[in-house]
Amino acid sequence: MSGVSELVRWDAARLAEGLRAKVVSSEEVVQAHLERIEAVDGPTSGENPDGVHAFLHVDAEGALARARRIDADRAAGAVLGPLAGVPIGVKDVLTTRGMPTTCGSRMLEGWVPPYDATVVRELHGAGLVVLGKTNMDEFAMGSTTEHSAFGPTRNPWDPTRIPGGSGGGSAAALAAFEAPLTIGSDTGGSIRQPAAVTGTVGVKPTYGGVSRYGLVALASSLDQAGPCGRTVLDTALLHAVIAGHDPYDSTSIPEAVPDVVGAARLGAGGDLTGVKVGVVRELSGEGYEPGVLARFTEALDELRAAGAEVVELSLPNIVHALAAYYLILPSEASSNLAKYDGMRYGLRVTPAGDGVTAEQVMRATRAAGFGDEAKRRIILGTYALSAGYYDAYYGSAQKVRTLVQRDFAAAFGQVDVLVSPTAPTTAYRLGEKLDDPLAMYAGDVATIPANLAGIPGMSLPVGLSDGLPVGLQVLAPQQADDRLYRVGAALEARLTATWGGPLLAQVPEWKGLSA
Amino acid sequence: MSTISRPEVEHLARLARIDMTDEELDRMAGQLGAVLDAVQQVASVVSDDVPATSHPVPLTNVTRPDVVRPGLSAEDALAAAPEAEDGRFRVPQILEEDA
Repeated sequence: MSGVSELVRWDAARLAEGLRAKVVSSEEVVQAHLERIEAVDGPTSGENPDGVHAFLHVDAEGALARARRIDADRAAGAVLGPLAGVPIGVKDVLTTRGMPTTCGSRMLEGWVPPYDATVVRELHGAGLVVLGKTNMDEFAMGSTTEHSAFGPTRNPWDPTRIPGGSGGGSAAALAAFEAPLTIGSDTGGSIRQPAAVTGTVGVKPTYGGVSRYGLVALASSLDQAGPCGRTVLDTALLHAVIAGHDPYDSTSIPEAVPDVVGAARLGAGGDLTGVKVGVVRELSGEGYEPGVLARFTEALDELRAAGAEVVELSLPNIVHALAAYYLILPSEASSNLAKYDGMRYGLRVTPAGDGVTAEQVMRATRAAGFGDEAKRRIILGTYALSAGYYDAYYGSAQKVRTLVQRDFAAAFGQVDVLVSPTAPTTAYRLGEKLDDPLAMYAGDVATIPANLAGIPGMSLPVGLSDGLPVGLQVLAPQQADDRLYRVGAALEARLTATWGGPLLAQVPEWKGLSA
Repeated sequence: MSTISRPEVEHLARLARIDMTDEELDRMAGQLGAVLDAVQQVASVVSDDVPATSHPVPLTNVTRPDVVRPGLSAEDALAAAPEAEDGRFRVPQILEEDA
């Protein structure tokens, strides 16, 4: 790459600096990213056999118009936010006024929402330029992005492999240099696991730290929108834009947002003296690939070298978190997805014949509009909530949730942050676990506990195993999101020094399946 | 083995308002049985004295001042409707012919 296209390699902090200093214009930056998307993403609609397919919808005209407006405002001397003029991709689970929002589902194909999600409104307010909407597993149910009704996203490190999920599009867009920043959502790991398998950074904020208004609900007590970037600082800059109380979301936290940007800058010095790091015994060892464990162990050495005190501790109930999650999530999902009934918006399928009733239309609409994984979870949730099973399944799962929260509370009485591998494996092959839901669910074992407890978590890259990225997860107590950034930035600074540059500098140039 | 029978899946699909083919019902029964096997451990690890947690952050009765503010227009709200008429959603008949 050379000339203007080199801009797609810049991280968001560098782009912001270049824009502020008027070294580059937002129009140039946006144009470079649109050209990059055109070159590697493939057609933006329909199934694409050979592109990254990180985007479901690209709004080139709208993005360029907005970029020109930001440039004009800057030229006129307007006071702009730190990320003004920087392009961004938004997971297709957040509503965008005037721009399609499908949630990766046939049910919402062609739906254009009449309002912006609060997160999207915040992005516009801060002057970020939305390039388009990123691919995802249908209604955020899945860990591979293969459950998108519009075809899978490919992993930029290896086009035959999954980019993680459900936010595979948001993570792949970063790793393929199609966008410097993206928004994701994390119900059981959908920001962190894709970050891990694509060598990018992703943060699930404290539950309630970022508004859920306009975030299409999967499981309301677990869902959390969050920032994705190529560096810890970029992710913090975006976190600061989207976090904060929202009167439109009654579950959003009224307290002040922790200083995540300050923490990232502090951590970048590489010093963690006085920080206590706990290694979760239950989240490593059996079931984790040797290559993943090797990179994790090396990262622990780096944390020690940075001055952190690293201790191992046990969270005994965490081993039941996966089971509890796969009862709580389907239960809440079956309720949230009940609204797709073909009456007010989205797909409507009317069976042939006279005297067709609303209920027949609903059944036909939901049969045609939902994919396999969505149907599986709706049926499972309906079962877990039904009379006679409620106490044994949903009720017990909620009690396990209490035990997991207690374990975290006890652990954070002893250490400042907890760490584990983000996922037990590197990216597996497309199709490998498509017909084995249990095997796919097992990949969420390390990320799910944070959602049950409402605590914040980050995944950041800690190296490669057989040429594929490995992620490390950092967890902190509720409302202590800043700790993720301090520890993450310190680890990133030390690892980047040993690699001689960012890990993503090693991602092969995209050649599709012909590679 | 906590099996889930095919008629049971058929019943659940009816409750969830999803038409399913015979092939889908067969496949779903097998897969759900396997998932239920894996998750039923939750019942054996908790005791009666553990309270249930429904929400990660304790919140009660969030209120806001009752003031008029702009909302969606009827036109915006109906813009994506499969069918609309006279400023309202038009839906298929909700009762059976002979009901």
